[in-house]
Amino acid sequence: MVDKSLELFDCGHRACGGCGPALAARLIMKGAGANTIVVASTGCMEVFSTPYPETAWKTPWIHSLFQNAAAVASGVEASLKKQGRDEKVVAICGDGATFDIGMLCISGAFERGHDITYICYDNEAYMNTGIQRSGATPYDASTTTSPAGRNSLGNSRPKKDLPRILAAHGAPYVATASVSYPNDLMQKVERAVNTPGPCYIQIHTPCSTGWGFEGSKTIEMGKLAIQTGLWVNFEMVDGEVVKAKKVVRKPVEEYLKVQKRFRHLFRPQPNTEEIAKIQAIADKNAERYGIDIKQKPQE
Amino acid sequence: MTKIEFMQGNTACAEAALAAGCRFFGGYPITPSTEIAEHMARRLPKMDGVFVQMEDEIGSIASVIGASWTGARAMTATSGPGFSLMMENIGYAVMTETPCVIVNIQRGGPSTGQPTMAAQGDMLQCRFGSHGDYGTIALCPASVQEMYDLTVKAFNLADRFRIPVFVMSDEVVGHMRERIEIPDTVTVVPRRPLEKGTLPFTAGADGVPGFPEFGKGYGVHVTGLTHDERGYPEATDPALHAALVERLVRKVEDARHEIADVTLTQPDAEIVFITYGPPTRTVRQVLHDNPEKAFGHLQLRIVWPFPEDVLGAFPHARAFIVPEMNFGQIAREIERHTCVPVKSVPKLGGELHTPDELLAVAEALR
Repeated sequence: MVDKSLELFDCGHRACGGCGPALAARLIMKGAGANTIVVASTGCMEVFSTPYPETAWKTPWIHSLFQNAAAVASGVEASLKKQGRDEKVVAICGDGATFDIGMLCISGAFERGHDITYICYDNEAYMNTGIQRSGATPYDASTTTSPAGRNSLGNSRPKKDLPRILAAHGAPYVATASVSYPNDLMQKVERAVNTPGPCYIQIHTPCSTGWGFEGSKTIEMGKLAIQTGLWVNFEMVDGEVVKAKKVVRKPVEEYLKVQKRFRHLFRPQPNTEEIAKIQAIADKNAERYGIDIKQKPQE
Repeated sequence: MTKIEFMQGNTACAEAALAAGCRFFGGYPITPSTEIAEHMARRLPKMDGVFVQMEDEIGSIASVIGASWTGARAMTATSGPGFSLMMENIGYAVMTETPCVIVNIQRGGPSTGQPTMAAQGDMLQCRFGSHGDYGTIALCPASVQEMYDLTVKAFNLADRFRIPVFVMSDEVVGHMRERIEIPDTVTVVPRRPLEKGTLPFTAGADGVPGFPEFGKGYGVHVTGLTHDERGYPEATDPALHAALVERLVRKVEDARHEIADVTLTQPDAEIVFITYGPPTRTVRQVLHDNPEKAFGHLQLRIVWPFPEDVLGAFPHARAFIVPEMNFGQIAREIERHTCVPVKSVPKLGGELHTPDELLAVAEALR
């Protein structure tokens, strides 16, 4: 059972107002519990949670480099195991550190089968260095290295499907979660740290600064992603999807039009062709994970 | 007509690269160099160039090497941690004689260090960071104008010597905004193509082979293994390896006085400051404020290969004062070439030396 009163990620950090990753950190630690060693990569969370001379972390915490959290976690876990110790090893890293630069170390750790939980807080770009695209940036999102303009519609490639890549490594438990569904998030973390072997959780963490919305709307933004089918909360056990959150889907415009990173799709008038492509991504998600709630035909 | 602008150092670097004909940028975000990548992401597609955001700095430099073999002028930009990741590929570029430009906007190290503060701590790493022996060229701008001029120069030197060339700038110059004069056109000296009937790695009299671009009819074989003049691996012949490495070192080192780019002030001086990069600015202030003290100043705009003869241009020197934003990296190189006492003035922590600090050091030596 998750002890929701447990606070292992303390207040007083320096995140932006309404920071999705800060909320994720707090929820992750409730799910992981006090007997946890945290391995962090370079990124927003590393910076905002450890402003000199303070730290928000109440557990052992090691920031290594940008790319190597999974390998550092491998060493921590292998040595603890040899000593007969039972601390949980949890890596918490951003999407740049996970999808791009850290991929090699993650693949190695999962292939070797270390008993670690690797958690990606996914805010869909490099926010710490000022909003550059990553392998997790969604199609058409404008960033400083995929700027929308007269000749560009923003990021030209779809988001990398990392959960499936890590499931294909033989991970016993892979899940996605969202800060907008905190109970689900905490339970998934608890399950992952108690599942032997390498587990992966990818958490949707809206970023008001990087995506361009009011900091008071973070939870709403996370819910809209789920409700439009552009983000799916699911669980995979031994490579099979066993559960996915079902929704009555809304059109993707409702998620896109409230974020500055997509505003070029609505100016001067809605770019129906591009919006249809993004709707197709949501439709494909819905089909693949079976998330549509079938409404009874009206009499 | 030159154009006068007020520009950030990182933007000036990107604009200079475009003016010099750079049409490929492979990069990865890292403070304090990111603005170069961002500027290239916006500008390159409009100039029929390619911006590729790579998955890390290993990928960045490797993509630049690949692009260079298609004949493109190619570059990347990074800072300390990314520069460290690039080291193996930099050695590969040296061994395969691949022209490319690597900009390092230096920040405080070791490791993650001080991402938003300036340093000059990678000056020995750029010279010796990859394994094995080789020669290299490193340019150090002290102003936004020099960032522009030296970036252009870096591309010409890379093509001339077929090596990776480093623009070793720092957070101060990278993030500083100041007046800059942008010329209409810049001097572009293209790569010398391989002459017909010559093997791909047969060097000319200057130790540099012509460039056998991919897809131009050369059966070119590129490898980081020790190779013969055909480019084919021959990794067990001691004489062949010795000759290849000696050429890689000497093609740069023997040309060091031709490559040198320095400014000499007051050659009669007894107390002489030697600087590269931002400490140059502080020393200029010291000289400006104390004309009666007749201090000398040697600014190195190119630090590697080190032009040791220029030290002899100060025949009356009693002391060389070397302020650096590191623990005294180039002071050692200077010591190696002179009998004049060398006073290293390290400054760590990310801030520039103040004129008062340097004046006090000079006064103590009088």
